[in-house]
Amino acid sequence: MSEMQDYQSSLSDSSSRKFETFSYLPEMNKDNIVKQVKYIVSKGWNPAIEHTEPEHAFDHYWYMWKLPMFGETDVDKILSEADACHKAHPRNHVRLIGYDNYQQSQGASMVVYRGPMK
Amino acid sequence: MAVKTYQAGVKEYRETYWNPNYTPSNTDILACFKITPQAGVPREEAAAAVAAESSTGTWTTVWTDLLTNLDYYKGRAYRIEDVPGDDTCFYAYIAYPIDLFEEGSVVNVFTSLVGNVFGFKAIRALRLEDVHFPLAYVMTCGGPPHGIQVERDKMNKYGRGLLGCTIKPKLGLSAKNYGRAVYECLRGGLDFTKDDENVNSQPFMRWRQRFEFVVEATRKAERETGERKGHYLNVTAPTPEQMYERAEFAKELGAPIIMHDYLTGGFCANTGLANWCRNNGMLLHIHRAMHAVIDRNPHHGIHFRVLTKALRLSGGDHLHSGTVVGKLEGDRHATLGWIDLMRSKFIKEDRSRGIMFDQDWGAMPGVFPVASGGIHVWHMPALVSIFGDDAVFQFGGGTLGHPWGNAAGAAANRVALEACVEARNQGAELEKQGKEILTNAAKHSPELKVAMETWKEIKFEFDTVDKLDVSHK
Repeated sequence: MSEMQDYQSSLSDSSSRKFETFSYLPEMNKDNIVKQVKYIVSKGWNPAIEHTEPEHAFDHYWYMWKLPMFGETDVDKILSEADACHKAHPRNHVRLIGYDNYQQSQGASMVVYRGPMK
Repeated sequence: MAVKTYQAGVKEYRETYWNPNYTPSNTDILACFKITPQAGVPREEAAAAVAAESSTGTWTTVWTDLLTNLDYYKGRAYRIEDVPGDDTCFYAYIAYPIDLFEEGSVVNVFTSLVGNVFGFKAIRALRLEDVHFPLAYVMTCGGPPHGIQVERDKMNKYGRGLLGCTIKPKLGLSAKNYGRAVYECLRGGLDFTKDDENVNSQPFMRWRQRFEFVVEATRKAERETGERKGHYLNVTAPTPEQMYERAEFAKELGAPIIMHDYLTGGFCANTGLANWCRNNGMLLHIHRAMHAVIDRNPHHGIHFRVLTKALRLSGGDHLHSGTVVGKLEGDRHATLGWIDLMRSKFIKEDRSRGIMFDQDWGAMPGVFPVASGGIHVWHMPALVSIFGDDAVFQFGGGTLGHPWGNAAGAAANRVALEACVEARNQGAELEKQGKEILTNAAKHSPELKVAMETWKEIKFEFDTVDKLDVSHK
């Protein structure tokens, strides 16, 4: 059994701040993001992009990037919107949402670009 | 119209209450009982007796029967079926007109359906297997205070199951030490922690101090992790007045969720509390202490799928469902059946899951099933595969028993959950590839690696006592 380790997390260390689903895993590479986009498309959900300054990630409302891409099933187009949002706001978290309009909820929501923690 | 005359004396029940030609109306409440009759009692007579005793009848004819339209108000046994693989008993279907029951009263429905009839001498044992609630009745009930979608929005949790943990030891911690255990779990990555069901307000930890420390712990974990957190504050109390006092205090402190034991607390208290929660924006977690007393015997009592329906009508946002894979009883197919009854809009009759009737919930929100009891990281692939995303997975010992403490245990569970969800979304078969998925995830998480080493050998492989009837023999 490994030596006991301290759990590193504190108010003063901003890298302790998480941002919900998949934020406890290492940042996804491009290939893995593509797979998650394909999953959203396969479920028939509507993709959408949002972004925020990392220090305001707790808020319910992030900034909407354009409008949700209703009916969009082209994985490259969806990814290029996420890229465009990231290029315009390189210091922000960028999250990809899959709106499930039948459940009136979000079937998926994940940060695909992580803004630098101050 | 034939004139009825009064003749005192005892009539056979089947003359009045056995009605095989009856076609149920779409507003009738329907019940399926499993009847084990006393030797020598014919099936029709036993079924009719159950219909009578659970509706208008008594053991002898009374003159006041003739002052009402008894033919309308009576319950009627309309069908009898063999129980697959068991000759000692049979299914009896009984239809009750909707006006026999007060609107919005789970209390009244169950006082009739499982009242005196369960002690009736002509039957050896009796089990309520399923009940169909017509939409007309469903719409008179309040149901879950918020439901799954609203809870997801309030707590900002999407695309995965929620993670919880029951604080242990169950009894004996001081309020401040208890709050410490809560804080450690939540900062490590859980969404919720939970009061154990028997934590109410004992001398070693009164409710008010517990609420104060726990809310402080929750707040700090939120600031530290940047995620929304909650702790189910148990407001189950000796009297309704004390229950509401505790609920009001939880609200005053800004807690997002409280909890109640709906069977020991009772349907009356539960329905009232659910209404209070709806009016006060408070989520409601429901525990089910005492259920196994009522639902475990295959020949007597009430099946859990019926208790599930009772809770969805009475109101709760979470309900314990069993885990299929952990330490507590629960046949897989039957469990899948009552999970559907908690969270789907419409559930079709499905004998392979023990569901005897279609059930339409209309606009009534769904309830999160809570899988809790003897589960740890190695169970995660199976849990995500069985339950999907709309569930709360609660690891008690599986969080607190981590060799490095609660925060590390919580992080291990969170990493395991997210790794399984990511793999599932990529098309992996979780129950086959679980070991590989967890092993890969553990490369980046020393907490998960140690959790996997700690619990590797634990399995729960006792046979289920209450099996579905199709699997008997």
